[in-house]
Amino acid sequence: MLADLLQFTFLRHTFLTGLLVGIIAPLLGTFLVVRRLSLLADALSHVTLAGISFGLLLEKTMLVSFLNPLYSGMTFSVIGAILIEKLRHVYKGYQEIGIPIILSGGVGLSVIFIALANGFNNDLFNYLFGSVSAVSQQDFWTIIIMASFIIAVIRIFYKELLTLSFDEEHATVSGIHSKRIHFLFIVLTALVIAVSIRIVGVLLVSALMTLPVASAMRISHSFKQTIVLSIVFAEIAVIVGLISGYYLSIPPGGTIVVVAILILLLSISVKRFSYILSKEG
Amino acid sequence: MQDSVIRLENIGFAYGERQVLKNVHLDIKRGMFMGLVGPNGGGKTTLIKIILGLLKPDNGSIFLLNEPMNEFKDWNRIGFVSQKANTFNKGFPATVYEVVSMGLTAKIGYFKFFKKHHKEKVLEAIRLVDMEKYTYRNIGNLSGGQQQRVFIARALVSEPELLILDEPTVGIDYKNVDRFYELLHELNVKNNLTLLLVTHDTGVMTKYATHVACLNQTLHFHGDSAAYTALTTEQLSKIYGHPVQAIVHNHD
Ligand SMILES: Nc1ncnc2c1ncn2[C@@H]1O[C@H](COP(=O)(O)OP(=O)(O)O)[C@@H](O)[C@H]1O
Ligand SMILES: [Mg+2]
Repeated sequence: MLADLLQFTFLRHTFLTGLLVGIIAPLLGTFLVVRRLSLLADALSHVTLAGISFGLLLEKTMLVSFLNPLYSGMTFSVIGAILIEKLRHVYKGYQEIGIPIILSGGVGLSVIFIALANGFNNDLFNYLFGSVSAVSQQDFWTIIIMASFIIAVIRIFYKELLTLSFDEEHATVSGIHSKRIHFLFIVLTALVIAVSIRIVGVLLVSALMTLPVASAMRISHSFKQTIVLSIVFAEIAVIVGLISGYYLSIPPGGTIVVVAILILLLSISVKRFSYILSKEG
Repeated sequence: MQDSVIRLENIGFAYGERQVLKNVHLDIKRGMFMGLVGPNGGGKTTLIKIILGLLKPDNGSIFLLNEPMNEFKDWNRIGFVSQKANTFNKGFPATVYEVVSMGLTAKIGYFKFFKKHHKEKVLEAIRLVDMEKYTYRNIGNLSGGQQQRVFIARALVSEPELLILDEPTVGIDYKNVDRFYELLHELNVKNNLTLLLVTHDTGVMTKYATHVACLNQTLHFHGDSAAYTALTTEQLSKIYGHPVQAIVHNHD
């Protein structure tokens, strides 16, 4: 792939997109995991699928591509995030009830859109499991802009997001607008998912947001260290996964997640091993 | 006249049908160390939540630092250590330093970054509670008493004028409780920090608190510590009512 990388622009786009996804997915994922909201990623990825199917349906039936599936995916994802929040307020005391509702709603809509379009074969397969095939020039720029935006917002609101994640009551009492910050967080999550789907696919995007974080948490003491390590782990998974996926003709979603799981197993056993050593020492 | 840090006038509150607070009047002046005691379920936590704006009273008015509650914006002038403080997620990957830093988040404000002089403040707060040896340790790996000190540092780092603590000694082992009160006493005397402390251990508390208030739906006693210790057991059991007996019925 490395030789091909230099030769084909489209591969370079895919590769760079993968690297960006390897930053933003675990970056947001760290907050998701510590807030025990990992399943939110699953719900939103399925809503994103509905958005993508909708975009593909329009493309196929109207023969227009004014609604790029990436955009419709993002739109659905953000709407899904807003609905989950609304449901949280409707069912006070059942904080997570919005997640299965939105998840099944997303799958239901996807099935309908796919059926209406009589199936999308390859395109849909790519969105489900990820793809190393062409990331278009336009998608590439959208993803760069979205990723920069996401990283900038996290940088600006880092202290508020961390304070809220650790102790919501304390955050509120100290004068932070917890609800608004939480809302911002959920919308960012929706955007990260929509952007990441291009590479890892709907079914595995939550894995890239949680597995590297789970590995990093085993080893690190601080929150910052957890973020940095989880990005390192995600990048390893993305690079190894993309290259092996390309050569083995396997969708990269699969190879990336398998590498991420290997890293997780390694981090668990390293911690065990150092624990045994310290006991003997 | 000394200025009031907290003034409550005729506060009433009910959870649905269940009346929890009635006609509560309380005036806490600057420099007081007020111990708030009372039976379990007497409404102490509810009252604290009302003072902090987490719950809205059904009637009555609240003044914080001489401002009416609905105009009060300077929440960083008030520090709070919750009853639930040590029910946090023990697996949370944060160091003592990071947790104490969170106490500055609101004070620094939106769109502004944590700077070097903030770092100094955080380290100072950690020293103040005697935790500097643990600065870069993971919070989840500390003992209950140490965690509680960290939460006090988090509340103190923004240099509040008033510190509110809701049963902070729950989960601290017995030996450390005295040391903990020493720390509060020092802050009260040296830094002129006003304290409102909800507690069960009335014995130790009266040694350090300057004033005591007894809450059981309404305030049954409100005065200085000496007057409180002078109360007869008969008067006390009247204030505490049935919950005292509930303990007697426990089979040991
Ligand atoms: N969220 C709530 N909903 C309904 N009742 C509550 C709630 N919180 C507390 N209560 C009730 O209000 C009463 C006062 O509780 P609380 O303020 O926690 O007392 P304390 O802190 O003095 O033990 C108790 O009887 C309790 O059962
Ligand atoms: Mg209480």
